[in-house]
Amino acid sequence: MSGGEQRGNGSGAYKPGETYGNPAEEREYGSVADVTKEGLRGVRPGRAALVGGQDLTDGHGDGSRAAPQETETAPGAGAGPGTDTGAEHGHGSGTARGKGRGRHRGGRRRGPRGEQPVVPEAEFTSYYGRPVLNQPAWQPLNIAGYFFLGGLGGAGSVLAAGAGLTGRPVMARALKTSSAVAVVGSAAALIHDLGRPGRFVNMLRVFKPTSPMSVGSWLLAAYGPASGVAALCELSGRMPRLGRAATAGGALLGPAVAAYTAVLAADTAVPGWHDAYRELPFVFVGSAATAASGMALAMSPTAENGPARSAALAGTALENAAVKAMERRLGLVAEVYRDGTGGRWMRAAETLSAAGAAGAALLAGRSRLAAGVSGLALLAASACTRLGIFHGGLESSKDPKYTVVPQRERLRRREQDGGGADQAGRRGQDGAGDG
Amino acid sequence: MGFFTDTSVCIGCKACEVACKEWNAIPEDGLDLTGMSYDNSQGLGASTWRHVAFIEQSKPLGHAHADVDHGDVDVLALAAQGSGTPPGEAAITPTTPGTGPAGTGAADAGDGSQGAQGVEGTQEARTDGDGRGELRWLMSSDVCKHCTHAACLDVCPTGSLFRTEFGTVVVQEDICNGCGYCVPACPYGVIEQRPHDGRAFKCTMCYDRLGAGREPACAKACPTESIQFGPLDELRVRAQERVDQLREAGVNDARLYGHDPQDGVGGDGAFFLLLDEPEVYGLPPDPVVTTRDLPDMWRHAGAAALTLLGGLAAVFAAHGRDRAPARRFWR
Repeated sequence: MSGGEQRGNGSGAYKPGETYGNPAEEREYGSVADVTKEGLRGVRPGRAALVGGQDLTDGHGDGSRAAPQETETAPGAGAGPGTDTGAEHGHGSGTARGKGRGRHRGGRRRGPRGEQPVVPEAEFTSYYGRPVLNQPAWQPLNIAGYFFLGGLGGAGSVLAAGAGLTGRPVMARALKTSSAVAVVGSAAALIHDLGRPGRFVNMLRVFKPTSPMSVGSWLLAAYGPASGVAALCELSGRMPRLGRAATAGGALLGPAVAAYTAVLAADTAVPGWHDAYRELPFVFVGSAATAASGMALAMSPTAENGPARSAALAGTALENAAVKAMERRLGLVAEVYRDGTGGRWMRAAETLSAAGAAGAALLAGRSRLAAGVSGLALLAASACTRLGIFHGGLESSKDPKYTVVPQRERLRRREQDGGGADQAGRRGQDGAGDG
Repeated sequence: MGFFTDTSVCIGCKACEVACKEWNAIPEDGLDLTGMSYDNSQGLGASTWRHVAFIEQSKPLGHAHADVDHGDVDVLALAAQGSGTPPGEAAITPTTPGTGPAGTGAADAGDGSQGAQGVEGTQEARTDGDGRGELRWLMSSDVCKHCTHAACLDVCPTGSLFRTEFGTVVVQEDICNGCGYCVPACPYGVIEQRPHDGRAFKCTMCYDRLGAGREPACAKACPTESIQFGPLDELRVRAQERVDQLREAGVNDARLYGHDPQDGVGGDGAFFLLLDEPEVYGLPPDPVVTTRDLPDMWRHAGAAALTLLGGLAAVFAAHGRDRAPARRFWR
């Protein structure tokens, strides 16, 4: 169910930068036909709309009832027989569970991967298992990388300022440098991900408080130069006054840069991000503190890294606590952070942050090598968290279950409460919609 | 201005899809045969601004009877009467009760798909008490909703999306820089970036035609007036009348979708009369504009930023000044 699924046309695994599911594009790889001698390749969608995961046709016409177990099927195999006898199609993956559905555009329906299906706790209906939402065409490395680098830079500026104020020059110098490099890298990732990179400057056409991306662009426009100047003054030793001002500015703007990216993710219709908007900023700043303290541990001598060790503990504790709280709130949608690609990254992050925090607490004060290894583990943990959040969110927008079930629940609750209670407090920001 | 799409009279001809493609010169975006009934365009996207959904169900539609043997009806005599026969005098109408299951001949009427839902399928699919098997075929032409509170417009960082004088939401393609933020923001999955172009595209409700005093191409092309264009308040009245009419006729499933100015997106500029739950058509049951929670989001983000700043300040305060000799680099 992850991005790299077999797509039946020989285009193979996920390639960064490849836009999926556009048959016009897939012609480069040859035929887009799905017809084979055995019939249609891949999973055939159910014909009847499913109500509550139950097939009203009594199993005729689609193999989309929630089968108790799924047979091991090779991706792309399990085609329905050419003559449709109304028998099971040999894939048994319920469209109601959102399995075996194609990307939003293009009909490359992916075969089931033979995993044991999770029987849905909630009943829901979908349109042939197609996603309700469109998935962003963002590349994981660009956007998760942007989140990671923004956090590393933002929290790093705070640590650098603290280190400078408390007489830890090596740490201050290292972190100012890493923050400047990180902000350049994050801006590069952001621009690289634009459909029209040449028009990046349009980001600064307007200032829109309703658009976290606009707010973020202006934040970066202020924070980037500040951290750059701070690093240059530090490394060249010139203009110390300007350097101090830039350091202070970076330390004040840094946390905003680290936290706003959570709003950037949450201000979407993606259930895994939007419904977590209360916890996500704390996940992100915790992750940012983890990354920056990891950088500090890796780059500064043991005599100076006391604050970095404490910051590592605090950061990992905040990050993991916030992730737990987020999963509790998400309920059904939290699956995307436990299973699949998102789940794998999140588990890796948990393991790495635990190892890094333990190393920081127990060994990093004595051994330079242990401090370096712990620091790298913490940096990797932060990167894994961002990738986990990114992939989990993407997964939650792909499966109609995560869109439909929570909204149905909300409707049910509202009907029980007599309706309309939470309809209050709407923004009247745009003009009325009728001309 | 807006659309009212009455799906109960949609015949799935796709004239709207074609007219939209033609008028707006939208490029081809794949020629797939999906097996999803007659739906091969699959959903709205950058190059599909009108999309007709096809749903095949084994459910009765109002009082209509499927599977009725009309073998005893002399269709030639009926034709000789002409088409102006009042229902009372007609030998048969769609709501004439059946004489029992027919089993052959009439069973595949209205079954547009070959294969499993054919004769045997409908015979086996008798689900209701009096031994009738019904198949209904729902069709619905989906389009951008032109929300009153439009998430895509709210989150666009460049200002390329704007609200027109007709109350619609349109992308200015010369401003869009392809950030793609509007794509996950849309609660309906409408707007999308076009591959190899990068910019976001969606229905403009034929902004150019409206400016010239014409109706949008899809509404113009719709042969059954399933797609109606006009001032929203008028359309809402008309839609309510149509729902009442359908309910009287026994179609208890008929409902309006997106007509309520109090809903999560402040009412849709393109609303629908549906014959089943919205999610059956691939529509979200209770969409909410994501920016409704934005002030709360900024508050939480502010709290998180202050937590980071305060927490790290506290860490340095606790550790105090480093009193060790200052000249060191690696050890």
